[in-house]
Amino acid sequence: MEDVEIKRVLEALLFVSGEPLSVDRVKNVLEEIDRGKIRNMFWELQHEYEMRLSGLRIGEVAGGFQMITRPELAVWIKKLKKAKQSARLSKPSLETLAIVAYKQPIVKSEVEEIRGVDSSGVLKGLLDKHFIKIIGRKDVPGKPILYSTTKEFLQYFGLRDIADLPTLKELSDLILEEDKGDKYETGEEETIPQTLPLEPSDP
Amino acid sequence: MSYQIKLEVFEGPLDLLLHLIKKNEVNIYDIPISIVTKQYLDYLDLMREFNLEIAGEFLLMAATLTYIKSKMLLPKEEKAGVDDMEEDDPRAELIRKLLEYKRFKEVAEDLGKREEIWRDVFYQGHDTLPETDEEKEETMVEVGIFELIDAFRDVLDRLPDNKSLEIIPEELTVRGKMTSIIERLDSEGTNGLTLWALLDNDSTKRSIVVTFLALLELAKMRLIRLLQVEDRETIRVFRSESGEEQVMDEL
Repeated sequence: MEDVEIKRVLEALLFVSGEPLSVDRVKNVLEEIDRGKIRNMFWELQHEYEMRLSGLRIGEVAGGFQMITRPELAVWIKKLKKAKQSARLSKPSLETLAIVAYKQPIVKSEVEEIRGVDSSGVLKGLLDKHFIKIIGRKDVPGKPILYSTTKEFLQYFGLRDIADLPTLKELSDLILEEDKGDKYETGEEETIPQTLPLEPSDP
Repeated sequence: MSYQIKLEVFEGPLDLLLHLIKKNEVNIYDIPISIVTKQYLDYLDLMREFNLEIAGEFLLMAATLTYIKSKMLLPKEEKAGVDDMEEDDPRAELIRKLLEYKRFKEVAEDLGKREEIWRDVFYQGHDTLPETDEEKEETMVEVGIFELIDAFRDVLDRLPDNKSLEIIPEELTVRGKMTSIIERLDSEGTNGLTLWALLDNDSTKRSIVVTFLALLELAKMRLIRLLQVEDRETIRVFRSESGEEQVMDEL
């Protein structure tokens, strides 16, 4: 298949899909094309959209490629839809999400240990909004519920995958590495579960 | 002369402590425990003055701070025989907690910035913007018992302190109240009535409590529904379609 043709197919699939389209799913459609090629074609398509100053772009979100609108055009879209947006997440919600995102899977008490406050309400709210999900129970007395983040979480924040979050080590540039003993040295970099191999960042 | 007092509300004790540390521009690794404890306790006093409820965690932290402070004041114990290179800093655990919380606060801020950009991004098939007409249609959720209690507590708190003894004829039986609520809903409540609207004739604590009980009963009998717009406060009462109509007749 010619490159041009492949890109046309990808474009059509992206439009129809709506939700992020993973390379794997595309592979099921374009069987003879290998994954590396598919990925390259996506990137070329991405570049083409940029070049022609399209109102759309091909983003990399939540484990796949997605046809999305450019943020600066939001005002027009909202006008078309005649609506205002839903409320933003509260600070406690964001904090709790941050903790779950980095420490997943995690139980409620561990979240509360870090925040220093009761977090049942916040966790329930995040569950309701599908930003976190229950993935089981911890094998300790009480069998507390384990939480992790969802694909919706990635989508909402425009993240490719969990590894897309700034590594905690970067943040700890603010925190001096010299310490007062080993008591509270976090030491090793937090291992973040990777769902996809990292891809080069968007142009 | 009028004063304007603005009280910052903190999510929890760690939040407050970080604020105090920042405000005093002190080193988080070497917290001047006396000063910080005093300011912390002052803040709790202020909360009491404003009649704000102090969550247990705040009090626990107050105790912890005081404990640390007292330990810092004690002369260092001589550990016989052991060459103590590392002094046990009583603040160590607290500092660790503060640092960890601070980290996540910063991540949360980053997420907040991302959120701001990405809520302006749309894609096919997912309607983050609900189609609306003139009236904004928002999803309503069933109100839980705690939200209802909160709402009523709010109302009770706003009651003026009525020292005078007034005798006002009013519906003081739960049944009577139930009937009057239904009547009002039927006549003027097509779009639901807010709690405030239902309570506008009630000026005594007793009548408010009676209304509360009446609503609970009606909800139990499924004659009404209590709904709340997501993320908002106002609770609205709606007449329910189904229900035990025959039970109402008996009232």
